[in-house]
Amino acid sequence: MATETRKEDGQWAPAPGQSSPPVTVPGDPTPQDIAQDKLYRQLGLTDAEYQRVAAELGRLPNYVEAGIFGVLWSEHCSYKSSKPYLKHFPTTGPQVLQGPGENAGIVDLGDGTAVAFKMESHNHPSAIEPYQGAATGVGGILRDIFTMGARPIAFLDSLRFGPLSEPHTRYLFANVVAGIGGYGNCVGIPTVGGEAVFHSAYTANPLVNAMCVGVLPAAGIVKGQASGVGNPVFVIGARTGRDGIHGATFASAEDPHAKERSAVQVGDPFLGKLLMEASLELIATGAVVGIQDMGAAGLTSSAAEMASRAGGGIEMFLDRVPVRETHMTPYEMMLSESQERMLVVLERGKEDLALTTLHKWGLEIAEIGRVTNDGQLRLWFHDTKVGEMPVRLLVDEAPVYNRPVQASPPLWLPQTAQAENAQFPAESSEGVPESEAAVEQRALTLASPEQWLLRLLADPSIADKSWVFRQYDTTVRASTLVGPGGDAAVVKVSGSRKGVALCTDGNGRYVALNPRRGGAIAVAEAARNLSCVGAKPLALTDCLNFGNPENPGVMYQFAEATAGMTEACQILNTPVVSGNVSFYNQSYGQDILPTPVVGMVGVVDSLDKVVGGAFTCQGAVVVVFGPQDTSLRGSLLANEAVGFPWGDAPALRLEMEASVQSLVRALVDRRLVQAVHDVSEGGLAVTLAEMCIAGGVGLTVALSEPVSSPLGWLYSEGQSRVVAQVSREDLEVVEQLAVAADVPMIVLGETGTPDMTMGDPAEVWWHLPVAQLQQVYREALPKAMATVDGPLPAEFPVRQSDRGERQDLLRVSDEDGRRDLKTGKNQGVRS
Amino acid sequence: MSNYVAKVQVQLKASVFDPQGHAVEQALHSLGHGGVRRVRMGKSMEVHLEAADEQSATAQVRQMCETVLCNPVMETFSFTLEIEKNGDEVDPVGQLAEIAQGRQNRT
Amino acid sequence: MKWAVVVFPGSNCDEDAVLAVTQVTGDSVDKVWYTQRDLSGYDAVILPGGFSYGDYLRSGAIARFSPVLAGVQEMATAGKLVLGICNGFQVLTEAGLLPGALLRNDHLQFRCEMTPLEVMSNASPFLADYKIGEVIQVPIAHGEGRYYADEQTLDQLVASNRVGVRYLRNPNGSLRNIAGVLNEAGNVFGLMPHPERAVADWMGSSDGRRVFLSMKRFVESQPVTRKGDEKVASLGDRTQTVEVGQSHGN
Repeated sequence: MATETRKEDGQWAPAPGQSSPPVTVPGDPTPQDIAQDKLYRQLGLTDAEYQRVAAELGRLPNYVEAGIFGVLWSEHCSYKSSKPYLKHFPTTGPQVLQGPGENAGIVDLGDGTAVAFKMESHNHPSAIEPYQGAATGVGGILRDIFTMGARPIAFLDSLRFGPLSEPHTRYLFANVVAGIGGYGNCVGIPTVGGEAVFHSAYTANPLVNAMCVGVLPAAGIVKGQASGVGNPVFVIGARTGRDGIHGATFASAEDPHAKERSAVQVGDPFLGKLLMEASLELIATGAVVGIQDMGAAGLTSSAAEMASRAGGGIEMFLDRVPVRETHMTPYEMMLSESQERMLVVLERGKEDLALTTLHKWGLEIAEIGRVTNDGQLRLWFHDTKVGEMPVRLLVDEAPVYNRPVQASPPLWLPQTAQAENAQFPAESSEGVPESEAAVEQRALTLASPEQWLLRLLADPSIADKSWVFRQYDTTVRASTLVGPGGDAAVVKVSGSRKGVALCTDGNGRYVALNPRRGGAIAVAEAARNLSCVGAKPLALTDCLNFGNPENPGVMYQFAEATAGMTEACQILNTPVVSGNVSFYNQSYGQDILPTPVVGMVGVVDSLDKVVGGAFTCQGAVVVVFGPQDTSLRGSLLANEAVGFPWGDAPALRLEMEASVQSLVRALVDRRLVQAVHDVSEGGLAVTLAEMCIAGGVGLTVALSEPVSSPLGWLYSEGQSRVVAQVSREDLEVVEQLAVAADVPMIVLGETGTPDMTMGDPAEVWWHLPVAQLQQVYREALPKAMATVDGPLPAEFPVRQSDRGERQDLLRVSDEDGRRDLKTGKNQGVRS
Repeated sequence: MSNYVAKVQVQLKASVFDPQGHAVEQALHSLGHGGVRRVRMGKSMEVHLEAADEQSATAQVRQMCETVLCNPVMETFSFTLEIEKNGDEVDPVGQLAEIAQGRQNRT
Repeated sequence: MKWAVVVFPGSNCDEDAVLAVTQVTGDSVDKVWYTQRDLSGYDAVILPGGFSYGDYLRSGAIARFSPVLAGVQEMATAGKLVLGICNGFQVLTEAGLLPGALLRNDHLQFRCEMTPLEVMSNASPFLADYKIGEVIQVPIAHGEGRYYADEQTLDQLVASNRVGVRYLRNPNGSLRNIAGVLNEAGNVFGLMPHPERAVADWMGSSDGRRVFLSMKRFVESQPVTRKGDEKVASLGDRTQTVEVGQSHGN
């Protein structure tokens, strides 16, 4: 029988006629072993999936192939649980130049300039090694942007952690923040925004979602495609090592390299920066046919996805891959997750351009394969075929599961939250309060309205995040108009008179209580935040962070939350152009709060009209637009009073939301508002206090009508509400515009005095110096973090016992099947 | 020519405040290691080099330290030099490749 | 006036410096790749911020061996203007063109924020347009900006008016609150804060503009004589560095 071999002239070609099956790499288990001993389970394949692979191939896959199917059919790469829901997202619109499916989505700013953006999760790597986990997350999303031909201009990071009272959470948080800065600062892209939210549901499973935004000429989009038969395929950047390879192979105990290996990938931001500059320069030469980051599943996913998008095939000669370690096997090369590597397809004949550019930047480049038209991913190693799989089967026809979905919402049960909220242990064990009045009563016995204000301002989820942001370079590139801390960041776009407004939002508490409305609120709030600075929302990217999809309750959350997002996207005209799903997020065996995070991009036509969220002067009128709301359902105050998310998601009517946003944008555009800030976590009271704090300007609110439920009036998180500072002269025209837009508007009070005073005719709720509010708000996070100020060696301050415990937790809380392999042999989680 | 490995240690000068060392020292105290009097962090590097003899290797490493590896404004250095053992590492993949080749030729 | 902005592998404020100079002075600015040795056509060179060579080993430690540093040294010797910002300051101290060293911030964190600086000396071409004692707002963004030199050097710097700017709120543990220092001749200036990020009101401050305007005024007030081939010390030669260091009491 003829084996396909390398021709003497250095060209490779399949043997004519019937192709022979790939060999088993000596040392690898044989196909029969894999079948008999069910070794495929360790590679992430279920019995049914493995049988399907064998049936479609018409033979048993060898070890390399089984490994490749394992990663590409993992939840992470195939979206097999989420696909049926993601397809409902609106993904098109006149502004959309590139929707989902590429490395990043792209929208048009309207003047020949386009914006590429995407957000991605790095939750589990960050739980294992927070500094490197976060840093490599930033590096990965950066490469997704510049591979589209876009010059990255900004990062945002959406973070969720457990309570900072836990030493281990402080360790994770401090190092994640340092890691984000460590990579982003070095590559010279400003981190301009994001959020940090703290809740016990994230204790063992923090969420680290990084978003990158880049700018490119609308006509200059580059895709991750391997097209043009015969075109050469190159790997550029770092050498391939064994980092991130699924350590738990069947023989790992005997493996001589095992103790040298680590599931932790280490980022090299310096190399990442060189790779970015070199890639952009290379793309500018016009020689690039397609380019893609080697992210999760490295060479495997980049090659298969690029071939899939082009509808063709690709063959690679693995002994030509530059390696960092000796004796690497084809399996290891295909599955390595070494960072800072890219796969590039060049136009045949233009290789020299690439060589010149890469040598200028001191980067390594190696030709490792070529584009074919036979639809196969074919792998060679030392002239021997070691793998051959249809690309279609690997990518396009990967399994899709319609997982069981619970018919009704899972209750957020009290026992879920008993461990949390040491503040009110007695209350939280009493059970779920039934009425809103009972919650308000309980809250009032705990603290007065004034004490609640101070308490909420000091809550790390609300308090000033300067402790975080000052560790990020927020002003490099000298284009940051509005940095972190406001409703949205605003970044100037070079080569355009316009700017982009950017934000991330997503409230897990709301989604837990009402997945559909919570999903809609994530979109609505992001769009509202952009509108508050005067930007028109264009499109969004998302990170859908959920628990175990094999839990029907989690699938209910996922189905409903994505449905809610879809509704909001349609009404607010913000299609989804890119995104990422992260399942298997669990903490102490409990699924996390379902947390879809939305990253949204808007366009600012006139940068000189951008408005901030700080009161700017005394004697101005303060108004609130939008529906009145006094319900504490879903509020942070209710969570604090009861001990867990309580009630329902706050009220939201999408039509009203759209009207309010459109009114606010019109007011900013006509310069009729001097400061704007939306009502969100902590309600109206916190919004007003934040505006006082930011501006160092006081406020007097003396309501003319008594309020029946002061706490509800102050701390309701009812949606679609925006506070604005308006000059006396403009008040009348603003009122007229609000009436015309059919948006309710209430005059709250007037800025001035060094104090913030609030009350109704019955009672003055508080009279506090703004300086005191500033102090409480600004000192909370530094105080909470005082014991781990700065990046520390990984071995402390975590006690040994904490670490051991954490390992166990990880084993049961893996993000997806692919990562099961990293931490243990917990294959039972896959169906 | 022989292969040497120089183990270079670079320390901040005693007069320079070492915040990392200070943080570690405090952490050790808080973990109950009350006897810890002082911690200084430094850098450790392994330089693998080829040289005619030990004297030449020492001279080369000293020059590297003086010009590049250490900044005399704030740091001091020291190093040790050893002859590097040639690893008798097994090369399973190389063998495998040969086996693969052999098998292929057989078919 | 001809400006050069050096680009090292890992520089990331080069573009910002080019934009700032162009916008503030209207002059032409060339980006100069680190392998270019000859800078004789320029009146001023800026070593920009960033992480040259990843700041691996020590910040600036590898960049100082770049061919372009020979050209920088030549300009310094010829009395032309050399401005090092952030990483550029670190490179200049590593190269021995400025005294002292920049160490990791005392709190161990990267720090980015608008920072008030006090102008200590306006005798140099870099700060001539400022008043002594004037407080200016300029952002910092660094993890290794703690200025260190021995006591004798510090005394000498202060006594000879070579501390250009100092921090009003010390953000990193710098000795004597030093944010930027000059060489003896006054034509080499290094500072950790980023004047190129403070050249327009929308940036939060335009206090940095006058650094570039002062430089331009100085150069344009000089008689037009271009010194040709001046003898330049070899940069690969560490003894040169040691001498400079020692002359400041190292």
